[in-house]
Parts: sequence; C-alpha cells; structure tokens
Amino acid sequence: MSTRTFLLIAIAVAAAVFLAARLVNNDYVFFAGYTVLQFIVLATAWNILGGYTGYVNFGSAAFFALGAYVTVFFYKFHPLPIPVLMMIAGLTAGLVGLGMGYLTLRLRGTFFAIATLALAVVLQTLVVNWDYVGGSRGAYIVRPSDVPVIGPYIHYLFLLMLALVVIALGAARSIERSQLGYGFAAIRDDELAAEASGVPTLRLKLVATTLSGALMGMAGAPFPYYIGYLQPSSAFGLEYAVNAIAMPMIGGTASWVGPLIGAILLGSLQQVATVTISSAVNVLIVGLLLIGFVIIAPNGIVGLVERWRRGRDR
Amino acid sequence: MAGPLLTVTGLGKRFGGFVALDGIDLAVAAGERVGLIGPNGSGKSTLVNCICGALVNDSGTVHFDGKPVDGLLTHERTRRGMARSFQLPRPFATLMVAENLRVPLLYTVNARPGSALSPAQLDARCGELLQLVSLADKAAKLPSDLTQVEMRKLELARALAAEPKLLIADEAMAGLSQSEVDDIVALLIRLNERGVTIVLIEHIMRAVMNFSQRLVVLVSGRKIADGAPETVMRDPEVERAYLGQ
Amino acid sequence: MSFDLLVNALIAGILLGGFYAAVTIGVSISFGILDIVNIAHPAFIILGSYIAYFVNTRLGIDPIVASIVMMPAFYALGAGIYQVYYQSFEKHGRESLRGLSFFFGLLFVTEVMLVLVFGVDYRYVEARYIGPSWRLGVMDFPLRMLVPCLVALAMFAALQIFLSRTFTGRAIAAVAQDQLALRLMGASPARIKRIAFGISIATASIAGALLIVIQPVEPSVGREYIGRVFAICVLGGLGSLPGMVIGAMLLGILESFTATFYGPSWAPAVSFGVLLVTLALRPSGLLGR
Repeated sequence: MSTRTFLLIAIAVAAAVFLAARLVNNDYVFFAGYTVLQFIVLATAWNILGGYTGYVNFGSAAFFALGAYVTVFFYKFHPLPIPVLMMIAGLTAGLVGLGMGYLTLRLRGTFFAIATLALAVVLQTLVVNWDYVGGSRGAYIVRPSDVPVIGPYIHYLFLLMLALVVIALGAARSIERSQLGYGFAAIRDDELAAEASGVPTLRLKLVATTLSGALMGMAGAPFPYYIGYLQPSSAFGLEYAVNAIAMPMIGGTASWVGPLIGAILLGSLQQVATVTISSAVNVLIVGLLLIGFVIIAPNGIVGLVERWRRGRDR
Repeated sequence: MAGPLLTVTGLGKRFGGFVALDGIDLAVAAGERVGLIGPNGSGKSTLVNCICGALVNDSGTVHFDGKPVDGLLTHERTRRGMARSFQLPRPFATLMVAENLRVPLLYTVNARPGSALSPAQLDARCGELLQLVSLADKAAKLPSDLTQVEMRKLELARALAAEPKLLIADEAMAGLSQSEVDDIVALLIRLNERGVTIVLIEHIMRAVMNFSQRLVVLVSGRKIADGAPETVMRDPEVERAYLGQ
Repeated sequence: MSFDLLVNALIAGILLGGFYAAVTIGVSISFGILDIVNIAHPAFIILGSYIAYFVNTRLGIDPIVASIVMMPAFYALGAGIYQVYYQSFEKHGRESLRGLSFFFGLLFVTEVMLVLVFGVDYRYVEARYIGPSWRLGVMDFPLRMLVPCLVALAMFAALQIFLSRTFTGRAIAAVAQDQLALRLMGASPARIKRIAFGISIATASIAGALLIVIQPVEPSVGREYIGRVFAICVLGGLGSLPGMVIGAMLLGILESFTATFYGPSWAPAVSFGVLLVTLALRPSGLLGR
C-alpha cells in the first residue's frame, strides 16, 4: 500500500471518527478523545526515536511543554491561529531537539537518555522563572466558545488533533518503509556495524531527534487552548514522560501500529481510571504495566500477536 | 603505476597506560592478498579498528587510495571503498538476512556518485551476494535463525555488499570446517581476481598460507615481520612468538 | 556582597556537597562501575527517607541509626532487582532500551506507592542535631547539615576500604574492566554484580535518612535528585569514587551560591545544566576512566 493510499484511508477513518463523535452528541467524548489523540501523537513521535532508532527519550514532556508555551507566548504577544502555532511550535521544538541531539548523540545511548531528562528539568526551571508566560503562577488562556462551521470549540481542537494524528502516523509509516527506516533499524540493532556499512549514524540520529521533538511540540501547541489554564507542573507533567514511553513499549515498538494501539488502550484506560479511582493510581497502573511488559513481552502487544500468528502457522 | 592502496604510517594507540599499537607501518598495494597474523592480544583488531575509523589513533596516519583518511568517520571511509567484517558477527538482528545486505547497498553503493541502483537492481544484488556465500535459501530468515557458520558468511557478505576496493576480513573463518574454510578462501581469491584488495586476519594457518601473497606478523603491538609467507614463517622471532602459544 | 554571606554560602555548599556524595555513592557503583543506568535510585532514597520517618515518629529512634539497621533489607531489595534485571535484560544483551524503561517504571511505581501510602504532605524527622548550629566566628555550621556530611564521608571511606582491601570489593572494581579475568579467578561476574548492586541500594537507606534530616521530604523530591546524582557522576568521572566526591562538592558549592545570590527557584537548573555542559564538553569528567 503506497503512502498516498494510506493517507487517504487514514483521512477517511479520521473523518468517520469525527462524525461518529458528533452523533454521540456528548462533549465529554471530545474532551476525553482529545487526550487519547494527543497521546497517539506523543507515542508515535517517541517511537521514531526510541523504537526505530533505539535512543530513549525520558524528557518528552519538555518538547510537549515547549509547544504549549510557544502558544502561551504568542497568546500574550500577538494571538495566532492554532494551525500556525502548531507549525511554529514544531519548528521550535525541532530545533531544540536538533541542538540537544548535537550536544549528546555522539555519546552513548544511556548518556543521551539522561540528558533528555536534564533538558526537561532545565526547561521547566526556565519557564517557572519567566514571568511573561506566567511563571509558576500559570497563564490563563481565554478561548472562544464557538467556531464558525464546526460549532463548539472543543470540536475544532479535536479535529486539529485528528489531523495531527494522520500526519504523525503517515510520517512514521513512510519512514519505516523507506531507506531512512533501514538506516534507523541498523542503528538500533548495531550502531558500530551500521557505521561500517556506510550509514551516517550521527546524521540520521539527528533527523530522528528533530522529527520526534517537532511532532511532540506540535502536539503541545493546542494544549493551552484545551485546558484553559496552564501551569508549568501540568505542561511538564509526569504523565507525559511515562506515557510517551509506556504506550509504545506496551503497544510494540517495531512499527507505527504499536504506539497507536498502546495509546488507544492505555489512554482510554487512564481516562476511566482518573474518573473512577485517583490519578495517582492511574500512574501506578501505567508504571506497573510498563515494567510487566518490558520484562514479559518486550515486543509489546504487536509482538505477542505476531508470536501467536507464527505459532499458529507451524 | 599508482602508489599503494593503503598506507599506514607510524600508527600508535594506547588505552590508558597500555600500548596497544606501537608505530605500525604497513603498505598494501592494489590487488594484493595480505595475511595478518599474530597471537591473541597482539593488536590485530585494534589495527583494523584504527584503519577503519572505529577507533581514533593517537599517532600516525592512514592513507587510502592516495588520500589521507585521518579524522574521517567510519561510514565515510566505507563509502571511499574500505570495508571490514567483524571478528564476532554483528548482524542487524531485527532485519531479515536479505535486508541485512540492503543496508550497505543503500548507504554505501547508492551513496557513491553515479552508482545508484534501482530497487530491482538492489534486490538482484542481494540475491547474487547471498548466492555467493550459499545463503540464498535463508534470505527471509532472521539472523537468530542462522548457525554460527552462516552468521559468519552473512558478515562477509555484508562487507562485500559495500563493493569495497579493500576488504579487511577479521577472523571470518573461525569455527568453520576444513571444506568450508577452503570454500571461503576460494571465494576470497575469486574476489581478489576481480580486483578487490584483501587483508585477511586469521589464526587458521592453512587458510593464511594458501591465501596470502604477503604475510605480516604483529606481536604485542609491533610489526615483527613483513614479507613472503615461507620466509616469514621461518623467521626465528616469528617462531618464538608462536611457540609460546 | 558581605563577607559573612560569602563564607557561609561556601560552608553550606561544602556541607551540601558532602551530603550529595552520600546520595550519589549508590549510583557511582551501579552506573560508574556496573554500567547500569538505575535512574530509580533517587526513588529508593526517598523510600529510605520515609522508613526513617516512620521509625522515628513511631518508635522515637534516631533516623540515621534506623537507616543503618535497615541496610540489610535494602541490600536484599537491590539484589532482587538485579536478579530480575539480569534475567530479563542483561543476559540477552537488550539492556539499553528495555533496561532503561524498566528502571524508569520502577521510579514511578515507587514514587506513586509512597504517595498512596503516605500522601503528598511534607514529612520531617526529629533529632537532637536538627536545629542547633555550631558557630566559629562568622562561620555557621548547622548541625543538621554537618552530621549528614560527616556520615557521608564515613560512608565514602568505608566503601573505599572495602573496594580496595577486600576480595569481593576488588572483584567489584574489576568486574567493570575484565569479566574474563574475574571468571578465571573463580568468581562469577553475575554474583559479583548482584552484590555490588545490593550495596548500591543499601547506601540509599542511609542517604534517605540523611536527606530527611536536611530537609522535609515528599514523594516527588526524588526527581530533583536524578539530575544531581548523574551530574555528579559524570562531572567526577565514571568509575572514580574520589572524582565523585570532588564533583559532589563542586555541585554543592555551585548550588549554594546560586541559591544565595540568585534565589532557590533556579537551583534545579544548576545540576541539570552542569550535566548538559559536562556531557557536551568533557564527557569523561574530571577523573574518569
């Protein structure tokens, strides 16, 4: 199936999802659904660097929050339409990813992982101390209640995130099948052998870091409008770092399907848990699932399905 | 006549206080078949790593094809025509056997100016290489399904996929049976006849003697002999180094 | 800038640095020597803090004494975790992605369980040395910082002796460099690593008690220490315990000055900033291998 066909199918599915949600006529579906869609993008973005290339990013919250604060900055400075903000956020987060990658990717993967954690905290400290965007007090974003043609504002945000999901999945899938995908896989499997085979490992890793960061930033851009009141602790929140890793690891890191499944399953589970239990138990469950899957089913749900299929064919 | 294909001058490498290589000089002419032998720990793999750029040498220079390659990253040296196989096979474990060969084809052969292969040609080339090392029936398998011997053949095939001018084969034949060793030696000689310069690092003396036009001996980071195989093997210093084994 | 302020910022920095060394010793072993990225280590330190708190408030026992008594339990925990890590990842060579995710998961699970059991309020302990200070001219040595610093230095000395004088200790130092030689000596690398990792977590017990002596603790405090701990390891140089102590002192002084002259809200950025800069400029650290 060519990329064009895939994109057309994806757009059709997205349109169907949107219309189905409209039919239910309950805004909760849109609010909860937006979060799940956001996680699909974050998980897919993380997987480009983590699953395809093998470099773990512990600081996904940094790129996501960067996107959110780009929006806050422009809201105070000169408001822009969200799609434009998403592009600026993507560019900014991408550049930060590139810079950080350049500083740390020449070292081993474990140092890179620790550096990503460091980046998240440094960024958070900078934001907390920057009063223009609200500092630790936070920033209020006033959003319109309605949008022409589409109707309620949350429907508009939902649609934007759907579009981003299509873009992210399309990008991930087309990378997998391309020369770039082979390069990433070679780096993941054996970086030394990849270099010896002619793969420009540093360059490709920088591509992965930039792309991954950019997508995460784009996912963060609409967030202030979604949530209405943005504090650093929520933008840089725990859930983003854990989920960005747990969802692909549980779903399966080998292809674009894994993060999608992981995000839908875990995202929905958490929506239910936060409402019925507490949000602390929520993170506990995700953490335990992550540990469990990493030990027992390292290739995730997709891996389990493959194993079952291969066993059946014997 | 052009100069040597590979010139190593005064190469030195230390790890902390340990001197792994001490002023190595080596010249390999285009089309030569050179054997490199030495006891374990003599620095053979370190030398290969420095030549290919996997390690940065502390002193000395490496010239390849008339140009200096010091400071170039490994992948750039591979694109210029240097290839190596690893002593312990390092396959791409999540890619199929045929896909393992695709990586060097995409990133080395296709990266060279004027030699881009079409997808059909890529597939054909993968098939040819697999035939060459008798792995054609394992094309769709994963490296984990291969035997040790087959993994070594894959390792060699992957180095060959980069269409090198110089191939450095680092103990490609460990663990092979006599007939398999002879097969690989014959394969390497055929490649050499097609124009590939080969440096063979081995412990299997039969293979080394049958293959090499010239023999270089490394002991404790120093080159102690360099010449015709029969002469070198009769050198008393070389005998002493091997008697200790 | 008054001289008093400067001197006391320096002293506070040194004392803080000593404490940071105690916090980092465990990671020096697991990351510096065993090459295991245990980012969950700060969570175990917080666990140690809460246990010290619990024993202190229920039984009135001094927190540091309690933590020493608890060391065997922490050792067992460490050994158990290493077994799981070894069986699931190290044996198969899949350490990097899966191992990191494993410890990341442990970090969160530990933190959240503490939240569920103890809640998010700050907890603190009572001890005779919390409160009074030792004055020497203009110099002020708060005992609640001095005692942890001294305990930390004692830990460091004990560990150095262990690593250089005992067979197991030297085997641990050796396992980083030459597993084959170790096997030839009759020691199993996996067993040695398990012992080392157990010791690493055991130090978290004491570090936790020292932490809650210095400052009130709540579950997410551990996260600030991730950056500090790895910054110190990298700055000092992996595999060098003395380097780690120097790194800890430097970081302590840097943070103390930043907090005194720029305000405490910038403190987290200091350690992580140091980490990024060191990784970028001199990844082998001051005294690294």
